[in-house]
Amino acid sequence: MSIPTPFTAPAARTSLQEAPHPPYRLPQPIFEARCRACWFIAALLVLVVASFVSLDLDWAAFASMEAARSMGRFVAEFFPPDLSPLFVNKVAWGAWETLAMSALGTAIAALLGLVLAVPASRLSDQDSAWLRSPTRWLLNALRAIPELVWAALLLISAGLGPMAGTLALALHTSGVLGRLFAEAMENVPTGPGNALRSQGVGPLRVFHYATLPQVLPQLMSYTLYRWENNIRAAAILGVVGAGGLGQLLSFHMGLFQMNKTATILAAMLLMVACVDSLSFSLRRLMNR
Amino acid sequence: MSAAVSPLSEDRTLDLPHVRLNMGAPARDPAFASRVFWLALALVMLWPLGVATEFRLWVLWEPENRKVTANFLRSFWPLVYDAEFLQMMVRETWRTVAMATAGVTLALLLAVPLSLLATRVLSISTLSGRMDRWPAVLRWCVRATLILLRSIPELIWALVFVRVVGLGPTAGVLAIALTYGGMLGKVYAEILESGESHATQTLMRNGSGRLQAFVYGLLPSHAAELTSYTVYRWECAIRSSVVLGFVGAGGLGQQLDNSMKMFNGGEVATLLLVFIALVALADRVSAWLRKALA
Repeated sequence: MSIPTPFTAPAARTSLQEAPHPPYRLPQPIFEARCRACWFIAALLVLVVASFVSLDLDWAAFASMEAARSMGRFVAEFFPPDLSPLFVNKVAWGAWETLAMSALGTAIAALLGLVLAVPASRLSDQDSAWLRSPTRWLLNALRAIPELVWAALLLISAGLGPMAGTLALALHTSGVLGRLFAEAMENVPTGPGNALRSQGVGPLRVFHYATLPQVLPQLMSYTLYRWENNIRAAAILGVVGAGGLGQLLSFHMGLFQMNKTATILAAMLLMVACVDSLSFSLRRLMNR
Repeated sequence: MSAAVSPLSEDRTLDLPHVRLNMGAPARDPAFASRVFWLALALVMLWPLGVATEFRLWVLWEPENRKVTANFLRSFWPLVYDAEFLQMMVRETWRTVAMATAGVTLALLLAVPLSLLATRVLSISTLSGRMDRWPAVLRWCVRATLILLRSIPELIWALVFVRVVGLGPTAGVLAIALTYGGMLGKVYAEILESGESHATQTLMRNGSGRLQAFVYGLLPSHAAELTSYTVYRWECAIRSSVVLGFVGAGGLGQQLDNSMKMFNGGEVATLLLVFIALVALADRVSAWLRKALA
């Protein structure tokens, strides 16, 4: 039988027993053109090497006795931190300003995000939603520009001070929240809304009584999460002059008053640690 | 009621008063009063915040400020796109990406060993009850270091390093390396501890070393998640390396800062557009990579 049928082939193979010499197994090739992971890793290596080569990094600054000594001197200047009551009061006011900036900025952003999320979402099948993609483009643009760049832009019209920072936080966060809100509203079950619509209730009241109550808990949790982020962001916005702890920091660091800088840094760390642990325990409480 | 109507149908009409109530939806919003109340309460609560942040929107509308703003916005058009500026922009965009990549690479050098030290699953003494005291102290210290590194924002690190190593990308790369080292290390340790650790523990019970247990037990089951988180952080690093330019660490941010200080609206607008495109591109690439890895 010259052509083995599928039924006879296994029998033929078992009758052959083992080959006298097991075939040599070649080691796996390091690079194979058909392997996607190989291409990915090669591209990654090229990117990393090109980055390091093109950046003309000051390697001496990374690891040399001179750099270590100057770093040590720099850190030593931080001690002792300035804890005079007058300055601590000033730092406490800066911390309150930072908190207020983040809270007000987030509140405005939630409102603005909600207003922008309605045209950015298709709430029912009958909804033509012709504003959907232009609004989404606007939200993407708001989101793509970081808070710090917004703050630097707004300084020109709002002047130095915490208002520019608050507006900057509000603009960036409304882009983020608007997109999240729109997605939440589109994913809501359509039953309640359709029931109202079929009774002839107008779109505003459908939104109030069907869409909003269903998504409100989700919107609240998104807003709280962004607030947590914004407290951290508000602390550094001042570096370009937009108020809060960051403004104090860049002011005193610019004057080389390292003791005061150390106090401000400690206040920043303390604030971030408090927010982190509070949100961690809250989340654990809510998940329980 | 006429006598012809059966008791049954009479019952039915009595049973359905809500149908009649529903004929016309209420003309006014029934929850109107409570909405107004909560809105007013929120405004009262927000008032002190507004005072603290000197939130006076009408300042924007003062004739002086309005003129400055209008002039600045008017200078946005025409965009600047002469050859020299474009060349500079391409160079700075590449530097931004390179700073992020180099920073994340150095961050990995920091994060991988620290997260291996911090992972509780790789402890030999936990195989039989509680962890020994000194390993526990070491793990706690490593974790505290990671959290400390992470909780100082990269901008502050950059401010510090600009003082120590001078202006330029070195400060930015170091700042990204330290902050992202902390972030990546902490999350890596969390990811490694999250999954099923049975295989790893079996390996260690049968006498393999901790590194072997990691490479053959823990890594294969978490590799996709670890890689996708790293790619996501690389995307974040690109965004933050732009911001780092504002304190003098080079890249697009520094050009943006310069143009803004010179009130050159055309350059600002072009740089902002390039920046938005860069962020969108990084977003797409990272989303695509993460989907391919999943």
